Amino acid sequence: MKFGVIVFPGSNCDLDAFYMVKDVLNKPVEYLWHHEKTLRGSDCVILPGGFTYGDYLRPGAIASFSPIMTAVHAFAARGGLVLGICNGFQVLLESGLLPGALYRNIHLQFRCAWTHLSVENPHLPFTAHIPSGQVLKIPVAHGDGNYFCDPETLETLKKNNQIVFRYVTPEGNLDSRANPNGSLEAIAGICNARGNVLGMMPHPERAGESLLGSRDGQFIFQSILKHWGESS
Amino acid sequence: MSEQLHQKMGLSDQEYALILHLMGREPNELELGMFSVMWSEHCSYKCSKKVLQSLPTEGDQILLGPGENAGIVDIGEGLAVAFKMESHNHPSAIEPYQGAATGVGGIVRDIFTMGARPIALLNSLRFGPLHYPRVQYLFEGVVAGIAGYGNCIGIPTVGGETWFDPAYQGNPLVNVMCAGVLPASRIARGQARGPGNTVILVGARTGRDGLHGVTFASEELDETSEAQRPAVQVGDPFMEKLLLEACLEAIEKELVAGIQDLGGAGLTCATSEMSSRAGSGMIIHLDRVPCREEDMSPYEIMLSESQERMLLVVENENIKAVQDIFTRWGLEFSAIGQVTGDGLLQIYHRGEKVGELAADFLCENAPVYDLPDQEPPYYQKLKSYDMQAVPQPDDLEEAFLELLASPNIASKQWIYRQYDYMVRTCTAQGPGGDAAVLRIRGTAKGLAFSADGNGRYVYLDPYKGGMIAVLEAARNVAAAGAKPLAITNCLNFGNPTRPQIYWQFKHAVKGMAEACRALGTPVTGGNVSFYNETSGEAIFPTPVVGMLGLLENLSCQVQKGWRRASDRVYLLGDLAGSLAGSEYLYALHGVLAGDMPLPDLERAAFLHQFLGEAAASKVITSAHDLSDGGLLTALAEASFAGGFGVEISLPHPENVRLDELLFGEGQSRVLVGVSLEKERDFLTLIRSYQLPWQLLGEVKGEKLTVRIQEEEPLIDLSLERVKAAWEEVISCCLD
Repeated sequence: MKFGVIVFPGSNCDLDAFYMVKDVLNKPVEYLWHHEKTLRGSDCVILPGGFTYGDYLRPGAIASFSPIMTAVHAFAARGGLVLGICNGFQVLLESGLLPGALYRNIHLQFRCAWTHLSVENPHLPFTAHIPSGQVLKIPVAHGDGNYFCDPETLETLKKNNQIVFRYVTPEGNLDSRANPNGSLEAIAGICNARGNVLGMMPHPERAGESLLGSRDGQFIFQSILKHWGESS
Repeated sequence: MSEQLHQKMGLSDQEYALILHLMGREPNELELGMFSVMWSEHCSYKCSKKVLQSLPTEGDQILLGPGENAGIVDIGEGLAVAFKMESHNHPSAIEPYQGAATGVGGIVRDIFTMGARPIALLNSLRFGPLHYPRVQYLFEGVVAGIAGYGNCIGIPTVGGETWFDPAYQGNPLVNVMCAGVLPASRIARGQARGPGNTVILVGARTGRDGLHGVTFASEELDETSEAQRPAVQVGDPFMEKLLLEACLEAIEKELVAGIQDLGGAGLTCATSEMSSRAGSGMIIHLDRVPCREEDMSPYEIMLSESQERMLLVVENENIKAVQDIFTRWGLEFSAIGQVTGDGLLQIYHRGEKVGELAADFLCENAPVYDLPDQEPPYYQKLKSYDMQAVPQPDDLEEAFLELLASPNIASKQWIYRQYDYMVRTCTAQGPGGDAAVLRIRGTAKGLAFSADGNGRYVYLDPYKGGMIAVLEAARNVAAAGAKPLAITNCLNFGNPTRPQIYWQFKHAVKGMAEACRALGTPVTGGNVSFYNETSGEAIFPTPVVGMLGLLENLSCQVQKGWRRASDRVYLLGDLAGSLAGSEYLYALHGVLAGDMPLPDLERAAFLHQFLGEAAASKVITSAHDLSDGGLLTALAEASFAGGFGVEISLPHPENVRLDELLFGEGQSRVLVGVSLEKERDFLTLIRSYQLPWQLLGEVKGEKLTVRIQEEEPLIDLSLERVKAAWEEVISCCLD
């Protein structure tokens, strides 16, 4: 299984996603430049975190028009696995691959902190091999992670099981103090109706090694590999 | 014409006379402007150079000392570290967000200019007391500016320190440090080598912002400083990120003969310094400089401090390849001139020569001053202060909680949670530790960084205070298990032409020099920031030291938090500290006075060596440096970080006050945790060093308990309560 990590101007977690795949999972991975027209045969494409185009206009807004996004749309429509992390999530929202929007954090500050996530939909390619009931310790680092959508969209998300992760306490309980940005219903990540496009604000690629404080991010990547019929 | 003009530009009459002598004629306005910015204190170090010469700059590990954009230190396996610290105090006092943001931008450019990939940012900040609305505005703006810029370019802000004191009320300090890693064999240089090579300007367009920024930075602040807002530049971190990637790509492909960032004094500084270092000259065509506005004058183009610009010198056969890289990153690229062999800067505009002068006039020939110094009257007075006048607290528990709630001691989480300290996934110890620790991918090594300075100590005794700044920074990296290798520094002082300020400066540098020699940590460069005064009031003399340490094996890294209940708690170094200059004395009694003991440099070197050996042989489970707030504060911090309580029992030496024992401060003191299994090995090792040490107690439960020998506890508080006093102090001050 081969991963592709898109590099937009201003991406800065491209390297972290790259090394997560290369050094931690020991799987093939390559960078995909935003001008490219294909995904060069990637089986899973990662839109990494960062500040594409400096977050000018709105986070993710300009990058959503990059040439490579046409290929990402087509890939997603064929059922390809797309993972947008942080700014990558913002790009997926701006490009219409996922519904809703990310507002400024409710306290108006950038927040870099460890968060804990409950797995709300454990039946996805991204989550199927997370042990049942496991709370994931994964960090956030963003200024615009306050998820919002209209009531109808929220209803649809719930009906289709599209809410994938929520911010919870280490014990797994909902608590406003565990929500780092004021997200609607503590939403930390959502997927499309088909379940092959995941967007999340927390950074699983920063939680791959105990040296960094947690290995829980591996559960998500291992799920992807196992979905593909591989193990690392 | 120039008589008033040179004064307006900040040049003295003697300096103008020297210019006439060098030029052999009257300079025109452009030339005079170039002299004015290059001979400003900020660029020329004219008032500090003589004193700085006493700092040690050599050592086996030093690949490049002061003089280039950043110093470079060998860390083995063919790798090197470029690191430097710089101040952005004046701009931040006027426009805190942009002032701090462009400070980060500037120091990052200094690092990648050397061909190093930036891996870490740190900062050292000083503000007035937080209850003043203006101070809150400055504080919140500076933190947001550092966050806004550093987060966007994707370099983790991994550590730093922040201090509050009325001395910094009108003149905050914003010192930022950056470190990068590069192959030792591929150091890029800020030199215009090879006559005939092309001079290329890349990055942002040149605008009218930041004209005379360096001149502004070389004056005192006063009521009229607000009008200097246009001298503060505006940062574009996105542009910087592109520039960083493109420049590193060009350097990695060995397409660049010379490179320098445009910071203070803009194009004037970059062209003259690059030429002067290489003994070459340049012909520059200002019409080819991409400008933001039409009709910018030669003066404006040469003096603009627009951010995110780099000057490259490229051999002609490589121009196409370099251009391709910059175009790919969407950056503007403009060949603006040529390197010459005659040592002259020749500036052309619209077909006419508008300026001509030797590059050396601006750099090598800048004046150097030896200023008069005089011991200030406060010095002896505060030294001889009678500590008996300070009452001992009736309730030590209350005193302890009050001390922890001082913003200088309290948790700085409000600050660092706004910084992305994890990006690049190399941060093994982020903010809140004694030192920041990062892995170096592809090796077993780790780097440790610390930024430290205590202006209060330096005010009381510049010589000892200068030493302490070095010792404290070294001790922090040593506590992490790293070997202190070298320092960069930022020397923040008042107006050097006042003899009492110059006295502080001279003595502080002397103390730093002695400590650096004793520890074997040479100075690789840094920055001097004078004129930190508001309406005649100088800040505390504040040298800040940025220390680089090396862990040969990252897996031996030590952290400050207790690791396990039942671990033994040992104190290395003196049992009691001193109240002189302590946070306790100031925060609880409002007194700034006393005579700090002269630090024992040899002992410090032994201690750091011991810590490295103890970490490498894994006989300690934790280590935490004692600094502001003394023993009790350090115990509490180790408990917060580890999540365990601690129970200790202290001897009570005669002639030592209880508050001195619990809250006194001193050098070369470290708390270590030792597991029962390793206690024998630990004792064997510590006995082989000439260091005082003692067993204090053990890691235990969820309380902080301190007693004198077997007596009833002096302090017996739940960790929860102690933590509550310390944790949200800064947010509360801002509400």
